[in-house]
Amino acid sequence: MSRKKLTRRQFVAATAMSSAALITAPYVRGAYAAGKLSIGFWDHWVPGANKASTDLVNEWAAKEKVEVTIDYIPSQGNKNLLTIAAEAQAKSGHDIFAMPTWWAHSNADQLENVADIMGPIIAENGEVNGTVKYLGMADNKWLGVPACVGSQIKGPCSRIDLMKKHAGIDVQAMYPAGSEPKADDWTLETFLKAAEACHKAGVPFGIGLGETTDNVDTAGAIFLSFGAQLVDAKGNLTVKTDAVRQALDFYKKLISFLPPDVAAWDDASNNKWLVSGRGAMIMNPPSAWAVAKRDAPQVAEQCWTHGFPKGPKGRFAPYLPYFWSIWNFSKNKEAAKSLLIALSKPAAIEKMVNASGGYDLPAYEKLTTLKVWQEEGPPKGTLFHYPNPYKHQTLSIAASPAPPKIAQQIYAQATLTKMCLRYHQGEAMEKTLAWAEGECEGFMRS
Amino acid sequence: MADVALQPNTVGAAQPVRKRSGLQKALKRKSTAAFLMTLPLIILIALLVLYPAFYSLHLATLNKSMQRFVGLGNFEFLFKRDTFWLVVKQSCIFAITAVLFKALIGFIVAHFVHNIPAKGQRKWRGMLLVPWVIPPAMSTLAWLWLFDPSYSAFNYTLSFFGIGPIPWTGDADWARFSVILVNVWYGAPFFMIMYLASLKSVPEQLYEAAAIDGANWWQRIWYVTLPMMRNIIAITTLFSLIVTFANFDIVRILTAGGPLDHTHIFATWAFRIGIEGSDIPLGASVSLFMVPILAVAAIFILRDVNKRGNEA
Repeated sequence: MSRKKLTRRQFVAATAMSSAALITAPYVRGAYAAGKLSIGFWDHWVPGANKASTDLVNEWAAKEKVEVTIDYIPSQGNKNLLTIAAEAQAKSGHDIFAMPTWWAHSNADQLENVADIMGPIIAENGEVNGTVKYLGMADNKWLGVPACVGSQIKGPCSRIDLMKKHAGIDVQAMYPAGSEPKADDWTLETFLKAAEACHKAGVPFGIGLGETTDNVDTAGAIFLSFGAQLVDAKGNLTVKTDAVRQALDFYKKLISFLPPDVAAWDDASNNKWLVSGRGAMIMNPPSAWAVAKRDAPQVAEQCWTHGFPKGPKGRFAPYLPYFWSIWNFSKNKEAAKSLLIALSKPAAIEKMVNASGGYDLPAYEKLTTLKVWQEEGPPKGTLFHYPNPYKHQTLSIAASPAPPKIAQQIYAQATLTKMCLRYHQGEAMEKTLAWAEGECEGFMRS
Repeated sequence: MADVALQPNTVGAAQPVRKRSGLQKALKRKSTAAFLMTLPLIILIALLVLYPAFYSLHLATLNKSMQRFVGLGNFEFLFKRDTFWLVVKQSCIFAITAVLFKALIGFIVAHFVHNIPAKGQRKWRGMLLVPWVIPPAMSTLAWLWLFDPSYSAFNYTLSFFGIGPIPWTGDADWARFSVILVNVWYGAPFFMIMYLASLKSVPEQLYEAAAIDGANWWQRIWYVTLPMMRNIIAITTLFSLIVTFANFDIVRILTAGGPLDHTHIFATWAFRIGIEGSDIPLGASVSLFMVPILAVAAIFILRDVNKRGNEA
């Protein structure tokens, strides 16, 4: 038996070559050579929408030799929020998690900075809106990649026939499918008159004043239209200002034209209001219209999604983005980033938007004119203005521009809708403002 | 001398025997066997109850970003908040009113069922237990539809009598009434079944003796039934008080704490602050606030039970 002796030079060369191969080609060895990746996606309410995400992830996984597991976690009962809290505490769990609105910021210290991949994504897809930056960035660090899945604008969804008949407003002419809005006269004043007319006609607007997000989002957009902020961007209290007083006065008038039970409304109430045919307008993404398409087609074919009315300080619409964030305890961050790049390709985004029937909104300016919004119906073009294709309105979130950690408290505690209700129920303006100021002071604790 | 010389060996040889016999004796003792048999449960409770309890105590001492120890700072902060005292007040109203009504209704219904002939009693017992065996999250959803602000089945029915519409969940007082009503509906069967079991154990001779002494219906209840049921009433009340104070699902589903925070109780407000508001330390502090209240209640009630036990 002869045995070849390994020289020192041969040993060093072999070691160097295998190290180089390992470093330079992380995803090219056998099946699942690039390790594992677990993902916590938001469980979409549109049947079949999850499949588009699964297919895209599997396609990427097969190419990159990564073993992936996907959990679809619903937002019903705040299950996704509970999972986020548990994973943040345990410092263990999924590698990638779909963070709704405020949760990227509230877990900022535990999230991987994805600025390195956001640069190329923005270069390809276009700039993101201000709300995405406000919620997704902290100290020049990107806390996640904006996810189109679950992101939405909660604009007005009007009944074409009822608005024309009772308020004399042709919403299709104001927001024509395929062309720019002609909505200069669509102001808060016009909106209030329309609310009054529809109330008199027995088909009041369905705008809730409960403590859930739909209610808070509408109040947030209207407050911002008056320039009303409870806490400014620097963290100063700005409750006792004329802008806040004007917003409260407006809401007081508006509430008297709304259904009497709006204080108890949750996020399902406005949907039911529209689908049952009892109201002329609600503020919601097209989910209510989609349900009407199935359950009340005669209502659906009269629905038109469009922009918010303009206030003294501009036209604001509530925008609620999701972010795909990578936990800093993830053991496969490079693979996670590679997947997020793949999911942010225009073709992938279009596939996911199509699967959601146009409900999901990409955050990028080059992706607001996809075919699905032009073609969805009935009536055809009903979603054309849903993604804000002409940047006609400023996309915002309630309680902004307060520092996100304070704003999240204002949002979660529904301070805005509570103020409106208190004032409407007869509390003196200054007392309501003092109450809100006390609440905001409490939210500022560090 | 010989004794002294032999002593170390004797001790050395006798010790293992004594040890072994001690262990055998310990193992033979009923209490040891009982302890060993309950050990798996004790470990489970330690893992699932004690660890989270101590962890929440730890959380309650941290600042909002959970990076700094603040001692009792979170409680100090809470004590200055009006909403917190509103929640304390509501939790007390909710728990005390609900437990009182559950006990009262349970007591009355238990008497009715007790007086039903044995043949048909089982059916009634089964039917009356239905609210208690349905998962509360499900039954509360049904109640939510009955109370729905716009499509309430109750309001629809009442409209035939020219009454309403009643803002079941939209008005502070009605909303409080609604959450208490659902809690009573859900919890009364538990009281009923406990009281029924207790009623069945009251010796018939006592009633016969009372009847011979000329006691009327009320006197029989006051001097025979109630004293015989005292321990069960006390333990059931304590148990229910703890569970009702810690209630979450009914309020969360029915009103989510609204309108204007007027139905929030500790658990729902803690969830709002801790999970929805991402202020976990403050949420933990809110949920821990009820521990001393319940501990004091438990001490008083159980001490009383003990006293009565000794008297007996």
